[in-house]
Amino acid sequence: MPKWFLPLALVCGLMFAASPLVIASADYESTMGLVQKIFYYHMPSAWMFLISAIVCGVSSVRFLVTGDHRHDRTALAAAELTVLFGLITLVTGPLWARRAWGTFWVWDARTTSSLVSWMISWAYLILRRYGGPGSENLAAGLAIFGTANVAFIYVSVNYWRTIHPATTVVPKLPFSMGFPLWFCVAAFTLLFVLLLKLRVRVEEQQARVDELYLSLDDFGR
Amino acid sequence: MMRVAWLIVRKDLTVEVRSREIAYTTLFFAVSCVLVFAFALVRDGRAPEDGAAGILWIAVMLAGNLTLGRTFERERQSETLRALLLGPAPRAAVYVGKLLGILALLIGAEVALVPLVALLFQARLLAHPLWLSAILVSGTVGFAAVGTLFAAMLVRARSRDVLLPVLLYPMTVPVIIAGVRGTAALMQPDLEVGVVQFWLALLLCFDAVFVTLALWTFEAVMTD
Repeated sequence: MPKWFLPLALVCGLMFAASPLVIASADYESTMGLVQKIFYYHMPSAWMFLISAIVCGVSSVRFLVTGDHRHDRTALAAAELTVLFGLITLVTGPLWARRAWGTFWVWDARTTSSLVSWMISWAYLILRRYGGPGSENLAAGLAIFGTANVAFIYVSVNYWRTIHPATTVVPKLPFSMGFPLWFCVAAFTLLFVLLLKLRVRVEEQQARVDELYLSLDDFGR
Repeated sequence: MMRVAWLIVRKDLTVEVRSREIAYTTLFFAVSCVLVFAFALVRDGRAPEDGAAGILWIAVMLAGNLTLGRTFERERQSETLRALLLGPAPRAAVYVGKLLGILALLIGAEVALVPLVALLFQARLLAHPLWLSAILVSGTVGFAAVGTLFAAMLVRARSRDVLLPVLLYPMTVPVIIAGVRGTAALMQPDLEVGVVQFWLALLLCFDAVFVTLALWTFEAVMTD
């Protein structure tokens, strides 16, 4: 493990422990009240959801071009994190929407494209798990298609109607609401980096164990 | 390259014309799907509004999954896909050939499906035949472009029968949205050309992007 891992993990743990206090200190939004505070976890996890999907797509392209398995391990780790952060986003979103929009789910551009990308990352993991040998190549192809697909889903649903708040409100937030938000963004980014590193390391060790087994087999003969 | 692609289409269609296996099973399956929807949704002789557009596309996608699976299963059983890939033909030509063969089968099924859906759901599907065929063909190209690549990739994968729809349906969500919305717009009493044009343009963009991506990915993925 690199030297920076443990201190950063500690910082990340402390930030998450402190985050309820920071969020509690933030001002109430005038119309939504307490429910609006879900947003401090919803938006950072949605960003990490997007970032991990992009990491997965980019690593898959690099894997297909170079054939280097390091990129493949990063893509797999990122796909798992896409599912994780996607789950947080898709659970916290409807909880907030029930109060703000009066309904748990709306077929709007962002919600639909998030749901479908989440399903594609599940499909990626299912393919990796049950595809048998050689599935890493196929999964890389799937990841590239999935990344390209998000734009199409977004445009097609956007043509109907969109009520999801745009991210342009973020720079205009007052300090008392902006600080907890950026605090949570930092905490989630740290969590993402740490989990990605950890997961890639598990895959590296797995690959090494497999290699050792194979060489042992050769030795036995 | 087009000559090789054409040879592959001709080979596939010759095999198909001799056995007619995929054409019959796909068509029968698609018709049963439409009937199931008719039993489930038509009440007192009236179908839900816009339902026909959705049912047409669902039937096409379900039948498409069957066609894709079966086309490549045939190649796998006799190890002929390996022979195709070993031959001195560009990979892209193999992909294009397979895609065209599958398109021919699917469009054939659609020709039978459209009047059937129009009849059972009393829908004005045939009011604008040219627009409808443009939407249907461009949507089918998008669906088949992704499907051909995935079905080819999965030929040697374990549990490929289950994996194909699992991968294919989430990926073709834009096709179903644009196809259904475009078809539904065609069934309105007064046609809004702008709406139909938007969905058609989206489908054409989808086709262009995904055929290009598939040509590149096919080369990279079908290595061994």
